[in-house]
Amino acid sequence: MDREIRQAYCKALIDIANKDERLVVLEADLMKATGTTPFKDLFPERLINVGIAEANMLGISAGLCIEGYIPFAATFGCFASRRAFDQFYLSGNYAKLNVKLVGTDPGVTAAFNGGTHMPFEDIGLMRMIPNLIIVEPSDTISTEKLTKRIFEHEGCVYLRLHRRTTPQIYSNDEEFELGKGKILIKGTDITLIGLGALMMNEVLEATKILDSEGIKASVIDALSVKPLDKELIRKEAENTGILLTCENHQINGGLGSAVAELILDENIQCKLGRIGINDQFGQVGTENFLKKTYNITAADIAKKAKSLLKRI
Amino acid sequence: MKITMKIIEIFLYFFQKQFYNLPINQGKTMQEIISQQEVKKLEKVAYKIRMYNMYCIANLGIGHIGGSLSLIEILTYLYWKEIKVDPKNPNWDERDIFILSKGHAGPALYSTLALKGFFPESWLNTLNKGGTRLPSHCDRNQTPGIDMSTGSLGQGLSVACGVAYGAKLKKKNRRVYSIIGDGETEEGQNWEAAMFASQKKLDNLIALTDYNKMQLDGTTAEIVELENLVDKWRAFGWQVEKTNGHDFSCIDKAFKACHNTNGKPKMIILDTIKAKGLPRLENKVESHNSSLSIEEVKQLYNGEVPSWIEK
Repeated sequence: MDREIRQAYCKALIDIANKDERLVVLEADLMKATGTTPFKDLFPERLINVGIAEANMLGISAGLCIEGYIPFAATFGCFASRRAFDQFYLSGNYAKLNVKLVGTDPGVTAAFNGGTHMPFEDIGLMRMIPNLIIVEPSDTISTEKLTKRIFEHEGCVYLRLHRRTTPQIYSNDEEFELGKGKILIKGTDITLIGLGALMMNEVLEATKILDSEGIKASVIDALSVKPLDKELIRKEAENTGILLTCENHQINGGLGSAVAELILDENIQCKLGRIGINDQFGQVGTENFLKKTYNITAADIAKKAKSLLKRI
Repeated sequence: MKITMKIIEIFLYFFQKQFYNLPINQGKTMQEIISQQEVKKLEKVAYKIRMYNMYCIANLGIGHIGGSLSLIEILTYLYWKEIKVDPKNPNWDERDIFILSKGHAGPALYSTLALKGFFPESWLNTLNKGGTRLPSHCDRNQTPGIDMSTGSLGQGLSVACGVAYGAKLKKKNRRVYSIIGDGETEEGQNWEAAMFASQKKLDNLIALTDYNKMQLDGTTAEIVELENLVDKWRAFGWQVEKTNGHDFSCIDKAFKACHNTNGKPKMIILDTIKAKGLPRLENKVESHNSSLSIEEVKQLYNGEVPSWIEK
């Protein structure tokens, strides 16, 4: 049985805490969902469960920074962004402290919790905060290693985290850097840029569909939305001339917007398509139902790719 | 009578120390009353800070004068008697932490910090002017001696809780102070922080409420009645002292009561007067953000002008 992503997150925290006393972990009554119970068992005083009070959690995190700690504060992505935005913005970012905010259950992965719990806009909100680093890993290895890089980074970070079991993308010896994406497949016809565990899986499935029709797609795992890995994206734009962003988030404000801005700002000559939630609210359902409903499946990606290639 | 009191005091002192292992006011006997001489000294400092505060705002012509002037005595007491700080080394690791959650009272704190020597008094000329290091609301990255950026009300107490928890985790002998406004108390985040502080027994945290009973749009009684504030904080598990926020003997007594107990976070509710010391605006709602001229302040102080004022 493959590990869950949250187990990788917790393992990284335990590894860090064993070596560095500055790490503290904060939860707002979602410890069992985030999967940090093993951390609590090992470091009971360094896991601070503040109760159902996300605003307070972000303020406490800022205070812990003043005392020299490096806090990782986690809650569902909807609450991390929509509910505690001003606290993260002011007490964390504006104050130039060192708060690491973890938003779990991105986009449709909030499935049975439904629209109230479905963060489709968290990246868009977070992107507006100056200097904030925004990371979304795509499997257990990238989660474990990027969590460590986030700890080492001086400054606020938003970690968007799928927490369940997803297919493995990277091998154990892969290394990661903040602000860097990865090219997973080098193709010739079109470049698919995915973000997050759920979408990377769809993107990789889409390449199989495309391949069966003779289309060779490149695949980038964005990993970092802010900063974007500009060089990697530019190189691929030159290579295939067509970019297609794929995200489990509103089509506006997230990865697709970031790539569109890059193309415009740096006058990169290429075509761009975007897959994502099309200005809609979330709703309840299975992940599969929701992916279909919001047109973010591998089939949707393949279809969009073909239309960009004028193969439809 | 006096001798009997003293004996009771000494008995209580040892009783508390032996049986409850309570921290006894850093080595001083618990009921040691502040001397009149010391009160006089603090009053002199407060006189100067209040004057600085008025000139600082008058220099710009407008500012948050009401809620600044209600804080002068408590800031004087904190920085001249209570808080462990080093103006020459604002980031000194052993210092106490002070968070002015009602960030709009920045001018009062800047006047205090300038007189204390954290930065040149001449900086007070620059309040709210482009490129200043003294912005309307406190900014920890701009001003020496400011421990936290505040301004979006309701956030400071949570941050203070974080520092207090962290200090306990490090077994560090650090106290954390935070002043919140009475109107600010309407922000729900304060009550999240109140429950957390009580749950974690943050007895190294002393919060203070500037209870001048007014907010921007009216009196707190008209907008959202806060009474009974003492009962509210007590119900949240805090030790609560209520005192006259402009009287040093009263303030002193409240702090001593706080230092003589442990196991609970402390709240000192300061009965204050908005725009205290400025007759035209004193105890008036419109003092919240009001214009003020150098001429008016000069008249009030019989022509006395601080040396740092740029003409």
